[in-house]
Amino acid sequence: MSALLEIKDLHLGFKTLTGQVDVLHGIDIDIATGEKVALVGESGSGKSVTARIVLGLLQETRTARIKGTVQFAGQDINAMSARERAALRGTELSMIFQDPTSSLNPMFTIANQFTEVLRRREPKLSKAASQARATTLLDEVAIPDPARVLGSYPFQLSGGMNQRVMIAMALANKPQLLLADEPGTALDVSVQAQTLTLMRDLVEQNGTSVLFISHNLGVVREFADRVYVIYRGNIVEDGPTEVLFANPQHAYTRALMSAVPRITGVGLPEVPELSDTFLAPRIRHGYAS
Amino acid sequence: MIRTLRILAANPLSLLGLVLVCLITLAAIFAPWIAPFPTHNGAVVDFLNNNRAPSARNWMGTDLVGRDIFSRILFAYQISLTLGVVVLAIAVPIGTMIGLLAGYIGGWLEMILMRIVDVFLSIPPLVLAIAMMGVLEPTLTNAMLAVTAMWWPWYARLVYSIARGEREEGYVLAAEVIGASAGHIAFREILPNCLPAIITKMTLDMGFVIIIASSLSFLGLGVQPPTADLGSMVAEGARYLPDSWWLTVFPGLAILIAVFGFNLLGDGLRDVLGVDE
Repeated sequence: MSALLEIKDLHLGFKTLTGQVDVLHGIDIDIATGEKVALVGESGSGKSVTARIVLGLLQETRTARIKGTVQFAGQDINAMSARERAALRGTELSMIFQDPTSSLNPMFTIANQFTEVLRRREPKLSKAASQARATTLLDEVAIPDPARVLGSYPFQLSGGMNQRVMIAMALANKPQLLLADEPGTALDVSVQAQTLTLMRDLVEQNGTSVLFISHNLGVVREFADRVYVIYRGNIVEDGPTEVLFANPQHAYTRALMSAVPRITGVGLPEVPELSDTFLAPRIRHGYAS
Repeated sequence: MIRTLRILAANPLSLLGLVLVCLITLAAIFAPWIAPFPTHNGAVVDFLNNNRAPSARNWMGTDLVGRDIFSRILFAYQISLTLGVVVLAIAVPIGTMIGLLAGYIGGWLEMILMRIVDVFLSIPPLVLAIAMMGVLEPTLTNAMLAVTAMWWPWYARLVYSIARGEREEGYVLAAEVIGASAGHIAFREILPNCLPAIITKMTLDMGFVIIIASSLSFLGLGVQPPTADLGSMVAEGARYLPDSWWLTVFPGLAILIAVFGFNLLGDGLRDVLGVDE
């Protein structure tokens, strides 16, 4: 398996009036073709900015200072021009967000928004052809009445429906890499589980690689092949999902896992904001399997 | 569209506004055919019938040179509505464009554009228009220019505030993520979400533009005689109050009805389109 995405020694800082605030301190992540990789960490650990760098969005922010390489399909995204990066987005790279309903423009029907997505790949696609394609795509995400959904506005659909529409749209152009930034966090748990299963099946079918960003360890365990744990801009532990969950080595990973609320209600442990043990060096689990 | 109208018509006040606006518009368009004395729009003198109280022949009386006031009001509506439409047709696109640029792109552009807008907004509107008319010749075109100059900043500020909010919405980020250009995001994603507010404000503003334009011509700075204009008709008759009350009361009422109609319609539209103030 060759690496589709290879992030090497990625540093990110933001220039402020008083100096530079460092957010990422040299992280390495690689994702093979067709692999589902999760990036787990608490709020503010640097998960979402990593996704934004891969998408090439932060490179256009003037206060951002980025060092290191982000190789995508053999090209360094950091070294590209803004135009080249824009060309990758929506075709080879795609993203799903936390709140599906707000990710869709309330002024346009689903059909309308689908057409725009599909025209990223094929600018001359006719309305009728895009309708047909959209219908098939919505069918694939198990939407019962695609024609009705296509004619609806986002606010007329439930959150779960919108999430499926988002998944269908994100995969419509058969991207090589899908970034999922805490997808469905705004949805209730059962709907979230449903849509995640759906998403997993679809990306496996299409052979799409996924960078799955989450703080929900339960979801990550179900979804990902491999997990990276990020803490304060450093990768602290990584490895295949089963190995890492069976035998977490790093103090922070353990703290994170103990902080998952149990349905049996044994209470939540105190996780300190900062602990020396959390700053221990990175632990890499073997990739023997 | 049909649905919007139906909801609008369900509220009696909005319906009244809609009816008034339609009546005024029709009256203005068909003025040359409806008016009992179509020639009285211009320089006509009929001293045999001057300054007559309302009668069966002249429903609203005649003015100092014997022209039929009812006919003149119909023609004055033409001027008022044209002025309103032209002013908004120029001010709204300019203001919207500036507001969108400042709101979506932000940064230095936002600073510069919005400070310019603030400067315009800090001058009392009528004072700005009077100053402009004082420098320019008092004609209809210049009146439009002056009113436009004071009107666009309001749209810039309105659109700016909405665009600022929409910029943070998920769908804007989603559009950026699929590689949409800044132009596409500004005009195809954000602008449609500003439209309900813009349309509502335009309807409300028609009334205010009519008032401002009438104020200008009341002061002798707008449309010049002998062309009929509501403001100058009120001004002409004001000296003869209260004896020749019809000279001022009817044109005044005409202004009132127009502004009232547009305001009611605007309020109704605001409710229907779900715009919050």
